Amino acid sequence: MQKAIYRTVFQNRKLVLCILFLALLLAPLFLSDFRLNLLGKFLTFAIVAIGLDLLWGYTGVLSLGHGIFFGLGAYCMAMYLTLEARGGRLPDFMAWSGMQELPLIWIPFQYPIVAIILGILIPAAVAFLLGYLTFRNRINGVYFTILSQAMVLVVTTLLIGQQNLTGGTSGLTNFKTFFGFSVNSSSTQTVIYLVTVVMLALVFIGCRKMVKGRLGKVLIGVRDGENRMRFLGYNPSIYKTFVYTISAALAGLAGMLFVLQVGIISPTMIGIIPSIEMVLWVALGGRATLIGPVIGALFVNAASTGFSESYPDIWTYFLGALFVIVVIFLPKGLMGVINKFQERSKQINVTNVNKDPNSVKVGKNISGI
Amino acid sequence: MNEILLTLFNGISLGSILLLVALGLAITFGLMNVINMAHGELIMIGAYVTYVVQNIFVNYVPEQYFDIYFIVAIPVALVVAAGVGMLLESSLIRFLYHRPLDSLLATWGVGLMLQQLARTIFGAPNVGVSSPSFLDGGLTIGSLLLPYSRLFILGLAVVCLAGIYIYFYRTANGRRVRAVMQNRQMAECLGVSTRKVDVITFAIGSGFAGVAGCALTLLGSIGPTVGTAYIIDAFMVVVVGGVGALFGAVAGAFGIGFFNTVFEYATNASIGKVLIFLLIIAFLQWRPSGFVSSRTRSLD
Repeated sequence: MQKAIYRTVFQNRKLVLCILFLALLLAPLFLSDFRLNLLGKFLTFAIVAIGLDLLWGYTGVLSLGHGIFFGLGAYCMAMYLTLEARGGRLPDFMAWSGMQELPLIWIPFQYPIVAIILGILIPAAVAFLLGYLTFRNRINGVYFTILSQAMVLVVTTLLIGQQNLTGGTSGLTNFKTFFGFSVNSSSTQTVIYLVTVVMLALVFIGCRKMVKGRLGKVLIGVRDGENRMRFLGYNPSIYKTFVYTISAALAGLAGMLFVLQVGIISPTMIGIIPSIEMVLWVALGGRATLIGPVIGALFVNAASTGFSESYPDIWTYFLGALFVIVVIFLPKGLMGVINKFQERSKQINVTNVNKDPNSVKVGKNISGI
Repeated sequence: MNEILLTLFNGISLGSILLLVALGLAITFGLMNVINMAHGELIMIGAYVTYVVQNIFVNYVPEQYFDIYFIVAIPVALVVAAGVGMLLESSLIRFLYHRPLDSLLATWGVGLMLQQLARTIFGAPNVGVSSPSFLDGGLTIGSLLLPYSRLFILGLAVVCLAGIYIYFYRTANGRRVRAVMQNRQMAECLGVSTRKVDVITFAIGSGFAGVAGCALTLLGSIGPTVGTAYIIDAFMVVVVGGVGALFGAVAGAFGIGFFNTVFEYATNASIGKVLIFLLIIAFLQWRPSGFVSSRTRSLD
């Protein structure tokens, strides 16, 4: 019996994922508002992680700047929420710096629908521009990684420096309503949480479709042998730019959901350290598996919330050590460990099956979820 | 006229600081292709070594010799940082030579731990290092005042550059290093111990990070994150300069230093940063592999 359960769990991952999805949907019934809010926040991080994995795990391009795309989405949403909360008056930080009327770049954000669309389009556009300009010239992959980190520095400096437009270091907060519903009420939060869960599921399914299809094969080809793909007639820079743009758009989407649940966005939340932590989620969970980054994001953030409040010093050491451990001992991440167990269970099955000479059934190949 | 000259001097001065910080990187990243994100923390180690040496001099050495502490601190910082670098190379980086992006993540983790270690030992607040009295004041040219500390850093950068140049281009050891970087297997076949070359080269790169940290104490108080402030700019210097050539790093450092000063003078600090980033992207459109790039026919 136990063996049967074991086998179902390892060999029927779709079922497991469905159960997990249902569990997440039902979570509001079991969790307190505070815990639900935390879980919702972690799930938005999971969306970023999936996008980042598409870029790093499948295409082999490491971006240390996804915090910025997350932040751009979050700021778009936060700008709308700020305007809504102020009800037609200027935000405090603008009034303090002596502004008389709403600056031009804030005007579109009066309308929620426009804000949501821009929250996805702006990160995508920034990523497209940077991606196009770097990948087109076949700039070394490592150079791109460094440029992406430099971009984080530039954008955070800009957000802090242009205080009268962005609220500076304290960021944007004190939101009241979203589409007329109070953002602080428990029912609104539950709805936003459910939207987050559904979004995560949609993103997951969409990305899975993408990487299982022909496009996914091309991406892996670009990762493993860019020049060979070029000789086969593909243009790797188009694919890289495309994936980079998609993954930035996903980060923007996640940022919007984040700000709705957390209620604040500031430059420190999207800076260099948060950006590189996002990479850690993917590495820990397992690159080039889509479920791995989700697990990684949930695990690191749950651990960080649990630990860092009571032992901030030890947490920093642990976080540092985690980078080293994952790279040296777990290059395939936690999913690598799970897959290894699965291989073993499959082997046991195969040897059992082989005892029966009439049977040629071999365990279904279900790796790569 | 004066303002132009002052901006020019500030640009050169910033360039020399960047050059000093980037020299170590030009070796570890440029020559060895290892992205050492802990480089900033090696700089921090150099800065704290200076602080410790200063405190030892305050406590145990007669006051009239106090100024010598800075001269003592430079070689000590070099040796300590080189030692830490050697340890880092032999315990971690040597497993990651073929995975540059992984070495980036692992060394970032090491950097995070070193920062926390500094916070545990020296405390989170910044500590001040009093600069030696012979670097107080400045040189007056016309109505311009050029601080001695800035001039000293400029001189130190030139001396370090010359030292590195002589080592890599004029000694047998340096020739071995360049041979290994150009064609590892061939060098191995000819009897060069590549392991030894890797360790020594990495230690030298790290050592110059220590010297840079020593110099940074002249510019202000130091804290656990003193290195991170410069590290991204230093990486940009190497990217703009091109991998594998010292001259590229020099051009990159003074180019970025000069334009950074000009842009910040013309606009403000945050817009200046944006402009310099855009300039670098634009520059890479013209020279995708940096200012000086070595031609190669190899693919992948």
